[in-house]
Amino acid sequence: MDPRKPGERLLLQGNEAIVYGALAAGCRFYAGYPITPASEIAELLSVKLPQVNGTFIQMEDEIASMGAIIGASLAGVKSMTATSGPGFSLMQENLGYACIAEVPCVVVNVMRGGPSTGLPTNVAQGDVLMARWGTHGDHPIIVLAVSSVSDCFSITVKAFNLSEKYRVPVILLSDEVVAHTRECITLPQTEQVRVVDRIAPKTPPEWYKPYATNNRGVPDMAIFGDGYHHHVTGLVHDEWGFPTQNPKEIEGFHNRLHDKITKGFPEIMMTKTFDMADADICVITYGCVSRAARMAVKNAREHGVKVGLVQLVTLFPFPRKAIDSALRQCKAAIVSELNMGQMSREVNRVNQYDCRVIKHSRYDGQMITPDEITKQILSCA
Amino acid sequence: MVVEAEVIRQNYLRHNKKFPHVWCPGCGNGIVLGSLLRAIHSLGYDKDDVVVASGIGCSSRMTTYIDFNTLHTTHGRALTFATGVKLAKPRLRVITVMGDGDATAIGGNHFIHAARRNINITAIIVNNSTYGMTGGQYSPTTPYGSRSTTSVYGHVEHDFSISELAITAGASFVARGTVYHAAHLDRMIEQAIVKRGFAVVEVISNCHVQHGRRNKLGGAIQMINTFRDQAVPVAKAKKMSAEEMEGKFTIGVLCDVEKPISTEEYARIRHESCQLPGELHDEDDQDY
Repeated sequence: MDPRKPGERLLLQGNEAIVYGALAAGCRFYAGYPITPASEIAELLSVKLPQVNGTFIQMEDEIASMGAIIGASLAGVKSMTATSGPGFSLMQENLGYACIAEVPCVVVNVMRGGPSTGLPTNVAQGDVLMARWGTHGDHPIIVLAVSSVSDCFSITVKAFNLSEKYRVPVILLSDEVVAHTRECITLPQTEQVRVVDRIAPKTPPEWYKPYATNNRGVPDMAIFGDGYHHHVTGLVHDEWGFPTQNPKEIEGFHNRLHDKITKGFPEIMMTKTFDMADADICVITYGCVSRAARMAVKNAREHGVKVGLVQLVTLFPFPRKAIDSALRQCKAAIVSELNMGQMSREVNRVNQYDCRVIKHSRYDGQMITPDEITKQILSCA
Repeated sequence: MVVEAEVIRQNYLRHNKKFPHVWCPGCGNGIVLGSLLRAIHSLGYDKDDVVVASGIGCSSRMTTYIDFNTLHTTHGRALTFATGVKLAKPRLRVITVMGDGDATAIGGNHFIHAARRNINITAIIVNNSTYGMTGGQYSPTTPYGSRSTTSVYGHVEHDFSISELAITAGASFVARGTVYHAAHLDRMIEQAIVKRGFAVVEVISNCHVQHGRRNKLGGAIQMINTFRDQAVPVAKAKKMSAEEMEGKFTIGVLCDVEKPISTEEYARIRHESCQLPGELHDEDDQDY
């Protein structure tokens, strides 16, 4: 992975840790376009990738960057791009292509204030629902969120692994605070990092069906140049990968595309809980806000309030099971986030109990402080 | 001739799976497809080593019918996907097929930057002066004054020359052919594929259904015959005055220069900086 000694303690910012995570996961191709606050990822990869026989290219825009990483992935190289809001908007078209053609790739979105140019140097979490629904049409996608520098390493590895296993683009949502916070982390030894690779077909080329259903729901993936000379298209296709307008095949295609993710729910839906055992109030957060929430929960506990924290690592598919059990257990759930309530709406959507879901938003470009969350907790107690 | 045509048909078409094609009778796309296959066949490439990427539009449907590693991408983006493929696996021969709107309107930015980068990719652009698939709207190469479904009062914008754009943007090789001059087109495509660096072949083609009909240019045969009358070989054009060239265009190799290829330069950097010699694949770098 990295030429630096594994096991060494490093002072890294979130963006740098994403780079080390990507390299550890086997990423050997990066295409991107400069944008604040994600540029450090590109800068560091431009240094590191040639050192591990990888390729870095700065493309003419984010549309091109997304296209290039799909091309590289189809040629068998694990690939990634990183951007922020405006660039993420441009990527949506080809992101849909990666979904329909089932091309593994990782897209990092270091969130900043939006909409449009918005607040380039300020933190926000306004791209959450866009990460899920940004590209047109029904499509499966995995969205993960990081909250610390150590997450930036480990969740990036996880993002690559899920992407390879399920042949789906994975969106890694970071934010300006996590991206630029410096923390000390220990990089794991290379052999400690669990790396998952796509499964290559074993059938001879003349029998190979690039999009055939199997028991995993994820078709074996041939790569260009390996003798399969198959067809890859953004049109809805049959098992051979050729365009189809047969209603039965179209429906079957959509079902398989979604079923492969449904089958993986237990593995894909990741959450972390803190102090939830006896909690009757919970705070639900993701990304940088989770850090403030940990502190707030600790402070509120000192006031004798039974409060816990549910931190979402996977945002989509929405970790319904974990949220459901928290909502059943608690009388109030505070959803703290740096937008006008995108995730609190999701939490409300699955709420079947008497639990009160409280939207706690901040969208002035500033970080939510522990005190603000403590105040919310105490007002519910 | 007949035997060779049959060999090409059997070897390079996905004849069992994907025919009939979507093209109208008389469309020039079939001629371009034939030229492309003859060029690849005469070069003797293994079809497993050839990647053909296309965008969206009538001509871009070509990738569905031909038996290589084929990549039918999004509108205008073929070159971006191709760039990723080429960089990730340099030994693959990467060819893109695009239309005029695909390559120079929605994909114009990618086109000029692929040329500027001088990456080792061949771009074939089928220029029929219209958006045929969507019903005949005006494209960047629709002539001034022409009628289209979005310029029924006559087109008020001016067209540009795809080849001149490619030359200015930095392509190593630029050639123009037409669907009338099929044998000539074979040679142009073959030269472009062999050329190291970004190579462009602009093919003047006919859309008699959408463009020809609305502009009283006749049917397929009449339109294709017009190309015969309008096309002037490069050498001959040099001796002609601007007045004599009015309403005509040049065909042949318009630009053929040697210049550093960015991917080759990058391979050098990689060789010098790679700290994991075990991971270096020299054979992969051969055709940067």
